[in-house]
Amino acid sequence: MGEIEIILLTNKKRKTMAKHTITLIINGQSEELVVPSNMTLLHTLRDQLGLTGTKNGCEAGECGACTVLIDGEPVNSCLVLSVELDGREITTIEGLSSNGKLTPLQQAFVDLNAVQCGYCTPGMLMAGTALLRRNPKPTEEEIQKAMVGNLCRCTGYQRIIDAIMEASRQGGAQ
Amino acid sequence: MLARPGLPDFEYIKAETFQDVFDRMKEKGDDLKLLMGGTDLFVQMRDRGEGPSFLLDVKGLPGMQEISFDKKNGLIVGAAVTLNSLSSHPNLVKYFNVLCEAADTVGNYQLRNLATLGGNICNASPSADMSPAALIYDGKVIVESSSGERELSLDQFWIGPGKTALKNDEFLKRIQFPTPPEKAVGCYLKLGRSKMGDLAIVGVAVLAFPDSTLPAGIQFRIGINSTAPIAYRVPSVEEFLSQNPISDEILYKAAEMAMDISAPIEDQRATAIYQKKMVRNLVYKGLKEVWERLK
Repeated sequence: MGEIEIILLTNKKRKTMAKHTITLIINGQSEELVVPSNMTLLHTLRDQLGLTGTKNGCEAGECGACTVLIDGEPVNSCLVLSVELDGREITTIEGLSSNGKLTPLQQAFVDLNAVQCGYCTPGMLMAGTALLRRNPKPTEEEIQKAMVGNLCRCTGYQRIIDAIMEASRQGGAQ
Repeated sequence: MLARPGLPDFEYIKAETFQDVFDRMKEKGDDLKLLMGGTDLFVQMRDRGEGPSFLLDVKGLPGMQEISFDKKNGLIVGAAVTLNSLSSHPNLVKYFNVLCEAADTVGNYQLRNLATLGGNICNASPSADMSPAALIYDGKVIVESSSGERELSLDQFWIGPGKTALKNDEFLKRIQFPTPPEKAVGCYLKLGRSKMGDLAIVGVAVLAFPDSTLPAGIQFRIGINSTAPIAYRVPSVEEFLSQNPISDEILYKAAEMAMDISAPIEDQRATAIYQKKMVRNLVYKGLKEVWERLK
C-alpha cells in the first residue's frame, strides 16, 4: 500500500512541474510531445505514446528490459530524461520489422526458441541489433560482453547467444 | 509487484553558457545539482524518493563532450565524455589503453553510452573503476568557478567516500593526462562477484615503462580501488620496485606490501581479509603481466 501512496503523491506533485515541448523522431515518425522534467524516455514511450513493447524492469539501468536505440546506440531508456532528447532519433522494438517482415535477428529468436516468458526479449533484440550493426561478426565472447546489461531469468542465455550468432550468419542486424 | 515510483519532482534546466552555470549555482545553492550521465543520480533519487529541486544539464556546454590528444600536450577529456566514447577512441586505445580497459568494465554497454568520466570521478566512489586508471596516468582535474580555473591532482580532489574538494560554486570541466612515457604498458584487473557487469571488490591498475636510470630498469605505477576510503596509489611500493632488480620474488614482496597498505572495510560484497588478500593477488598478477610484456 505504501507504494501506491508514493505513486499518487508523485503524480500529484507532477501537476505543479514545468512542462517542456519537445520533438522526438520515433521509429522514423516525428512526434511533438509535452513532457514534465522528471519523465524518462521509458515512460514517454509507454505512457504517452502507448509503445509498450519497451519493458519496465528495474528502473536502475541493470536489467536492460527498457533498452532502445538513441541515434542508433543502445541506451537504458529508464535512465534518460525525455526532455534531454529534443530532436533525437529513437528506435524501439516496434520499429525493427518493416511491413511485417522480421529482421534476421528477430527471425533467429523465433527459429531457435530464444524466448521463454518474453519480458526481456525486446531489450535483448535492441541490444543485439546494436551489437550486430557495430560488429557484424561477433565471437561468442563478444556477444556475452555486449549483452551483460540484459538480464533473462528464464532461458539461461545460451539460445539468445545462439540466435545472435545465427543472425550474424544470416546477414546481420539490418 | 508495482513498478518503482517515478523520479521525484524537479525542474530540468539546460545550461546555455558557463556564466549561466555559475549564476544558477549561486542562486540555488544546495537545491541544484549538475546533471551529467544521470546513471547514478537518477538511481539515488528513485531510491531516496527525494532530490534537488533543480537539475542543471551541463553536458552541452562547449568542450564538455570533446576528447583531444597530441603527444606534446597529452590527453584532454571533457567531463561529459561518455565511457563508450572514451574506450573507442583510437588515440586512447593506443596510448591510454588502461583507461579503455577500465571503462569497458563499468556496468554494461547501454549504461556506458550515458555514464561519463566526469560523473565517475565526481561521484568519488571508493570502488569507481576509472579511478585506478586515472591515477596511474597522473590525471589532473580542472575545475572552474566564476573566479577562474584551478587544477587539482586526483588525491587532492577525492577527500572521502562520495566527497570531493569541489566548492559550492565550482564544477568539473575536464580531466587532463600527460602523454605516458615511451613503451609504457599497463592493465586493469578487476575482481567482481561476477565476471562482468559488477562493482569492483578490488580493482588494480598497473603501468610500467623502461627507465634506465633505475636499478630495476623499469618504473611501475600502481592504482587501487575499493579497499580504502578513496582510490589510491602506493608510492612506497612503487619506490621499492624501482630500487630492486626485478624478479618474481620482488614482485610478490611488492604485492604483499600493497596488501599491508590497503585498508578495506567489511561490506556486503566481501570481507576485509578477503579484499586484502585479493589486493595482493591482483597486484602480483598485474605486475607480472606488465613485466612479461616489457621483457
